[in-house]
Amino acid sequence: MPKITYIESSGKSKTVDVSSGLSVMEGAIQNNIPGIDADCGGSMACATCHVYVQEEWFNKLSKPEDGEQDMLDMAFEPKKNSRLSCQILVSDELDGLIVTTPTKQT
Amino acid sequence: MIKTDVVIIGAGPVGLFSVHQLGIKGLKAEVIDNLDKIGGQCIELYPDKPIYDIPAIPECSGKSLTDRLLKQIKPFKANFHLNEKVQELKKDNNLWQIKTNKGKSFISPNVIIAGGVGSFVPRKLPLKELEKFEGKHVFYSVDNKDKFKDKNIAIFGGGDSALDWALELSKIAKVSLIHRRNEFRGTPHTLSELEKLKKDGKILIKTPFQIKSINEGNKLKSITLGDDDGKKENIEADTILCFFGLIMQLGPIAEWDLNINKKVIPVNTQNFETNKKGIFAVGDICTYPGKLKLILSGFHEAALASVECFKRARPNEKYRFQFTTSSKEIQERLGVIKKIDD
Repeated sequence: MPKITYIESSGKSKTVDVSSGLSVMEGAIQNNIPGIDADCGGSMACATCHVYVQEEWFNKLSKPEDGEQDMLDMAFEPKKNSRLSCQILVSDELDGLIVTTPTKQT
Repeated sequence: MIKTDVVIIGAGPVGLFSVHQLGIKGLKAEVIDNLDKIGGQCIELYPDKPIYDIPAIPECSGKSLTDRLLKQIKPFKANFHLNEKVQELKKDNNLWQIKTNKGKSFISPNVIIAGGVGSFVPRKLPLKELEKFEGKHVFYSVDNKDKFKDKNIAIFGGGDSALDWALELSKIAKVSLIHRRNEFRGTPHTLSELEKLKKDGKILIKTPFQIKSINEGNKLKSITLGDDDGKKENIEADTILCFFGLIMQLGPIAEWDLNINKKVIPVNTQNFETNKKGIFAVGDICTYPGKLKLILSGFHEAALASVECFKRARPNEKYRFQFTTSSKEIQERLGVIKKIDD
């Protein structure tokens, strides 16, 4: 099972197994990762599952669609490597993915 | 004091269908919502986005789903109290007393919380220092544009609201439009207008920038912007308008001892009652093993909650399960057949 590492803004990190096909957001919720709220449940409508994807991984992900970019405009402190974790689907290729959660979501 | 059979908090799809399920059982409902319009997330977050998983409706938008539900509940004449937030919930023997921020109060044996993920509030800029300027120099919406006349306004955002107000206010004030990336999202017409104003020097566009700090501690005169690579720029601004959309906040519901965990309320799946007798939670805000945050699940939850609401509102009557296809009583309530004693 792919391993995903979630790093909190404080630096504390947790690596968990997330089944392929789940989103990085769902992996966080199922494993009680703090810092990801996911208010809208993954419908790309709230920007509260915002994460920063580590540079080397960011370019390996498929490009965010317009709707995701629009939501990221509203996220808390978005950066170049910002993504909505509900839109990143876990697969074997993403084994080892590292994401950092922002200081807060709203 | 408004007396009713059920108070519903939240006018989203599940709150609306609750009106229906209560209505066919002969129960009267009052609906309170913090938004100024009916429809909840469907209207506020995705009025035009398609929904494909409402049974028997292959495709509809958030707006059309709301319109259909409103049509479906029309016979029940529920009262809507929009733009009002529930502030207080107090027990009064077997009844619940509810007060809103506008001072309205309700008394009812049943309260259905269909509050989604909470009430919508504007998302703020990530600078704490700006709080003290809110309402005076920092705004999240425009109610009266006259107060922006001749101001030096920094508008943040890249979507429709930010663009529309940048265009409009540039006629009466000095406007800088600041956005975190170079692309704006707007109609082709709006975008070309913006381009024109920029060329004519009537609007200052700063991308890809975000706010980093305000330069004068207690006064708003100029702000520092920064980009992802650490580049910084100062711009003058005595007024800030921010259009970052809305977020949902649970608000006072969090203080009602409903065992809320991670913003959701655990319920008994037999009747969707919370840990408090007569307080129900349906839709996205409730949780139980296997819960799916789907509108269709919310409809089912509302149906079951309405049965328990009936038992509490009509303790001396026996609840009888009836089908809308065959029950004369229900059809009378729906107004499709005339009341026999009319």
